[in-house]
Amino acid sequence: MTGPLLTGSSADEIALTDRLPAERVSLVDLLDRLLAGGVVLNGDIVLSIADIDLVCISLRAVLASADTLEGG
Amino acid sequence: MSDTGTYLYAVARDEVAACPPGVADADVRTIALGGLVAYVSDVPLERFGEEPLRRSLEDMDWLAGTARAHHRVVDAVAAATPTAPVRLVTVYDGDEQVRDLLERRAADFAEVLEQVIGRREWGVKAFADPGSAEQPDERPGGGGCEQSGKPGTAYLQRRRANLRGREQNRRQALARAEHIHAALATVAVASRRHRPQDPRLSGRADWMLLNGAYLVDEGRVGEFAELAGELGGGGIEVTVTGPWAPYSFTVMETR
Repeated sequence: MTGPLLTGSSADEIALTDRLPAERVSLVDLLDRLLAGGVVLNGDIVLSIADIDLVCISLRAVLASADTLEGG
Repeated sequence: MSDTGTYLYAVARDEVAACPPGVADADVRTIALGGLVAYVSDVPLERFGEEPLRRSLEDMDWLAGTARAHHRVVDAVAAATPTAPVRLVTVYDGDEQVRDLLERRAADFAEVLEQVIGRREWGVKAFADPGSAEQPDERPGGGGCEQSGKPGTAYLQRRRANLRGREQNRRQALARAEHIHAALATVAVASRRHRPQDPRLSGRADWMLLNGAYLVDEGRVGEFAELAGELGGGGIEVTVTGPWAPYSFTVMETR
């Protein structure tokens, strides 16, 4: 594993720790990157989320039907 | 058409020694061709075909589990070798299509991978303190309003003054965000702004002014973190996350 990890604490009190395990990475930070970043492929594929709007619609539907994500 | 698809996580320079399990707990294997290595899993099309996926994407738990599994693999690979992550849920009919992709787009992948050698992505978010912006100010009498004898008029005057103040706060906060982003971009080799996060997903009620991603040379991480720390304060909270695989800087659309 490489490099220090800056946790989501205030940057002026940055704690250098081990890399965060994937389970502890904030899901919303992850979705920013997984749904709007990375190589987009089309062509011979079964399906790719090339169309972020599709996912946004899904997420909105999820959010509208579940308040369990509130908190923090 | 078989009943198994090939799920693609990332394309990288090298084989890594070990890889955690991937989506649906599938083993991860590699397809190497012409100096590129694709990281893939076999997935059942009854769960990763187009129709089941459209349904699954509406399921937050499924999305979260799949996103974390995808990230675990990408992160393990990116920690060891220059890596181009692939957008979540990219499924091919089989390995042949992946080989074809590596062959046809070799030059594009080489260019993308070249960009990220010795660099990491860092995330920086800035939040406005809810006490200093956007909050409806209900304090009586503020803003030097003269009581005009009519409570209704005084109320309207106060309300107008509050609205003006809030609009000014909002503009100042947005200007701060622009400044923070521009300053960080001078230390980064590339930068990008994501949409502000939905408070229901982030779990934070305060207002997100900036959701930035920055590609930073490994040698300048300390400088970058220090700068991010200095840019907060005065009602603005700055948080840093990372290092990330270079998700935000490997966006490449290809046929």
